[in-house]
Amino acid sequence: MTSNPTGMSRRDLLTMVGMTAGASAMYAAMSGMGYAATSDYKGPIKLEGDPKGTKVLVLGAGLAGMTAAYELRNAGYSVQVLEYREKAGGRCWTLRSGDSYAELGDDVQEVQFAEGNYMNPGPWRIPSDHYAVLDYCKRFGVKLEPFIQVNWNAYLHNTEAFEGKPQRFKQIQADYRGQIAELLAKAVDQKKLDGLVTDADAEMLVASLKKYGVLNDDLAYVKSDAVSLYRGWEKDPGGGTQGPGVPSDTISLSDILQGRLWNDLITGESIDHQAAIFQPVGGMDMIAQAFARELGDVITYDAKVIRIRGSETGVEATWVDSNGGTEEQTASADYCICTIPFSVLGQIDHNFSSDMSAAIDDVYYEASIKVGLEFKRRFWEQDDHIYGGISYTNLPITLISYPSTDFFSDGPGVLLATYSWGAAAYQFSAVPPAERIERALEFGSQIHPQYRDEFASGVSVAWHRVPWTLGCYGIWRNQEEYYPIATQMDQRTLMAGEHISYLPAWQEGAILSALDAIERLHKHVIGA
Amino acid sequence: MKRIYLAVFAAMTALSGAASAQDFVQSGSDAKLPGTEGKAIYNAICSGCHMAAGEGATGAGHYPALAGNANLEVPDYPIYLIINGQKAMPPVGDVMDDAQIAAVVNYIRHDLGNNFEGETTAEDVAAAR
Repeated sequence: MTSNPTGMSRRDLLTMVGMTAGASAMYAAMSGMGYAATSDYKGPIKLEGDPKGTKVLVLGAGLAGMTAAYELRNAGYSVQVLEYREKAGGRCWTLRSGDSYAELGDDVQEVQFAEGNYMNPGPWRIPSDHYAVLDYCKRFGVKLEPFIQVNWNAYLHNTEAFEGKPQRFKQIQADYRGQIAELLAKAVDQKKLDGLVTDADAEMLVASLKKYGVLNDDLAYVKSDAVSLYRGWEKDPGGGTQGPGVPSDTISLSDILQGRLWNDLITGESIDHQAAIFQPVGGMDMIAQAFARELGDVITYDAKVIRIRGSETGVEATWVDSNGGTEEQTASADYCICTIPFSVLGQIDHNFSSDMSAAIDDVYYEASIKVGLEFKRRFWEQDDHIYGGISYTNLPITLISYPSTDFFSDGPGVLLATYSWGAAAYQFSAVPPAERIERALEFGSQIHPQYRDEFASGVSVAWHRVPWTLGCYGIWRNQEEYYPIATQMDQRTLMAGEHISYLPAWQEGAILSALDAIERLHKHVIGA
Repeated sequence: MKRIYLAVFAAMTALSGAASAQDFVQSGSDAKLPGTEGKAIYNAICSGCHMAAGEGATGAGHYPALAGNANLEVPDYPIYLIINGQKAMPPVGDVMDDAQIAAVVNYIRHDLGNNFEGETTAEDVAAAR
């Protein structure tokens, strides 16, 4: 393979601009990870026919369980929900001022944030193609606001590039695109891609690349007024006697490539991160609160299920008080929708079939860490002119997300100061909450030196330490074999939750899974 | 020449970066956990669920205690679980090399109040991969 002086082969170049089959392979890989899946929601479910008081026991008051309970009750079923926690929502969860969170082990965190500030430990944004979540928000009057995913004034940072100095997203984006366009335009112009493009297309390709990359008439991406309109000025244009804008220097393609700052340029472009994308005003659990309001005393809280017994005619679940109770109570029903995460369900005494037991055991739960830090003032707005959006780094914190609400407030603000997976998440999970916060401060101050002076308080959620999920979301070891089994009715129980969906970890997956389960349950009941 | 220079520069900053990162791995990398001592590795991953003294924890479900856990008598058992996971436990063999897994297996079998006999080696782990 021939290389040009910048070290990029033709194939590398084509891959970067998405001209190879790599794009569809990438899409398939991303879909498998739940990062690019579109919802198949078709509008509110219609369960027609009289279930004649059939009773359904729902285990778990997360979004899957509450969706099932809400729709089944509306369709005439008698419904009871058992929930381990003292409140509804499960992973649809918000930590705000005054909340106390006890993780597994001895650590209890008291959230010290100012009134109105919060962190969403689990889901934190709602893509505009997650039609079911959005529809329930609309039906329940949950107010939504834009979530700023991509901010061109946020930073891209790599400890091993640019002497560790963060670079503005807009500069890297404009310079990367411009120089990619230049290379490709010149290659076409010099007829090096003959055989890959027709002459007619070559002409239009060069014209389009000139516009796309902001190239000059020599097909070069160079320091200029035109380019500065995309990457920013050295000195901004002024009024009156202040003078015109002064163009800024560009960053070489080699520095961008070697510094790996291209890594997160398209993170916000997948279909579940594209604008428009939303968040509930006041915290994600506004959705949970709305469902819980609708369901009222249908939900029994502080109920730790310790035994599930199914038969051909019904299901019984035995529970004790979650706070160390020993007195057993039993709820029985004709059918059961079980949304207990498989990480927990696998440890509950049950009599599911051996196939279902194997399916439950096939799922492991991923590590993930979030740290929220509150600062006394919004220095990212006041000093850095960053209003919402996300800075990305190769530091163990992965990213810093700036609040998409209360812009220009003089009061304190909360940054999502760590959101990591994999090895870094394990390491954060393995240390006490105070050390997680210290680490988030240490790493984050390499991007925002104001961190230490402005820090007020923090809270962290390491998902493997969450007492009621034992992990972030379910991953199938052998989905092909066991997922179909898990969707089948086992005696009279159907499973639901994000783990029983092709949008794992997303709230949309949890809701779609519940709707699919109750639709099949209803057909079974009405047909019976 | 420029590429060689950059590579050297990257290696140098990687070293200084590692120092400032205080032994946390870089995000999004496929790096192995730092450390060679069993206790350090335990406290960089295992303690997240099994807790600092191996006491385990209980919520809606539970994490088994490793302290006083008779299942650890045979080292093949923890080696298998670390590499493959079991039920809700994720496979974590990818974030440790064979020597690290051996070190942490020795730690949980010899420490945390346990006193099982036998040394696990990197070769034992390699054979189980």
